[in-house]
Amino acid sequence: MTARVYQTEGIIIKRHKFGEADRLLTLFTADYGKVRAIAKGAMRPKSKLGGNVELLTHSQLMLARGRNLDIITQAQAIDNFLPIRDSLELMSCGFYLSELVDTFTEESVEDREMFDLFLNTLRELSSAMEGERILRYFELRLLSHLGYRPQLQRCSNCGKQLQQEINYFSPAQGGALCRDCGYPDMGAKTLSVNALKVLRLWLKCDFETARRVKLNNDLTREIKNLMRENVKYVLEKQLKSIEWMDKLAAEGGINGNTAGNVTDQQGSP
Amino acid sequence: MNPDFLPTAKPISRLIEELNKLPGIGPKTAQRLAYHLLQAPPERSRDLADAIVSIKENLKLCSICLNIADSDPCGFCADESRDRTKVCVVEEPIDIMPLERTRKFRGLYHVLHGVISPSDGIKPEDLHIRELLDRLSGNPITEVILATNPNVEGEATSMYIQRLISPLGIRVTRLARGLPFGGDLEYADDVTLSRALEGRQEM
Repeated sequence: MTARVYQTEGIIIKRHKFGEADRLLTLFTADYGKVRAIAKGAMRPKSKLGGNVELLTHSQLMLARGRNLDIITQAQAIDNFLPIRDSLELMSCGFYLSELVDTFTEESVEDREMFDLFLNTLRELSSAMEGERILRYFELRLLSHLGYRPQLQRCSNCGKQLQQEINYFSPAQGGALCRDCGYPDMGAKTLSVNALKVLRLWLKCDFETARRVKLNNDLTREIKNLMRENVKYVLEKQLKSIEWMDKLAAEGGINGNTAGNVTDQQGSP
Repeated sequence: MNPDFLPTAKPISRLIEELNKLPGIGPKTAQRLAYHLLQAPPERSRDLADAIVSIKENLKLCSICLNIADSDPCGFCADESRDRTKVCVVEEPIDIMPLERTRKFRGLYHVLHGVISPSDGIKPEDLHIRELLDRLSGNPITEVILATNPNVEGEATSMYIQRLISPLGIRVTRLARGLPFGGDLEYADDVTLSRALEGRQEM
């Protein structure tokens, strides 16, 4: 990290006005993790950077080291996920994803795996009709990658193998709880057999398989609440972009949520 | 050396500090401005000070379009010669100026005072969208032109407003997004170029 100029690819996860026409960007890069950098003149209509450094753009970047903040000297968009931008619902998911990544990462910690997960999630989102499943899969993989993988095989309290029945889930306990341990735990939520199956599958499958899992409305809601609880517990706060996403969903935008029961493509996990 | 000793007199360093807080004014510029004012005739500093104080004391929001003005309703809303069937929605009062400079638009404005920005916690309720919808009922407005900035927040805000207005049967248009005049294709980003292609026009 001594060269004065360096190249990497990155995704813009946050940007602020900076001075008259500059932008202060937060990038999640493939080689250097989260980096903050200045895009000079990016707000001017004729800026070469402009659209190449918009929020949620995957760009090839050249940066020059500065005293405090690096400066973006060149940027060329690789993918700007147009379908996400064209849909209010998908964009609200995009805002949420970028806030998640920003909150969960520290500056200058290289994490290629995380970068790939994030990039694949955005690709997936831009070819999707709805973001619900993609967000849940991402949350689960993100938690698991960062060392917060929920225990889903055994009871996190007594270690007993979980039975095919309604169990419990508690972020504070680190995952699923069996009936005996979960029932008296006030912080635990119920965990249906199907939700447990889906979460177990998602922990080990790729997007391709994750996408084929069909969820009905109840199951979608259940998994959403479980994952949100878990994220909130780890972060010790609620992310700001959730409110807007929920508002849009409540106003009846999100269609997706295909009916039907869980069809587990890989058999019972 | 006396630790309380400052190289510049207190009133000057205070002025420098205040000027430094303005956008685009760095420490050097602030120093230069401060010493310039020090040498200028006293009326000049008084005029400047008055002008600064009066923007806070004499300005108000127009109750119709929420533009910042010295009268309510503002000059645009009071002007009978303007086209009352068209309303142009902008993010900030400062956005009206460039639109007026074009002299192509003779309608009215509506200022949102911000954009939806979920990650900063700015929600539709924090903007003046309600007032816009109220304005649309009972007024002869036939077209709403969305002129929010062509970035993700601006687009999201426009899409959201469009969704609220379209059931009312009023025409909603968006400023065209494309290549800037005097620009260069080579440096255009993909989003801009695809929008420019989508919006191409018969010559």
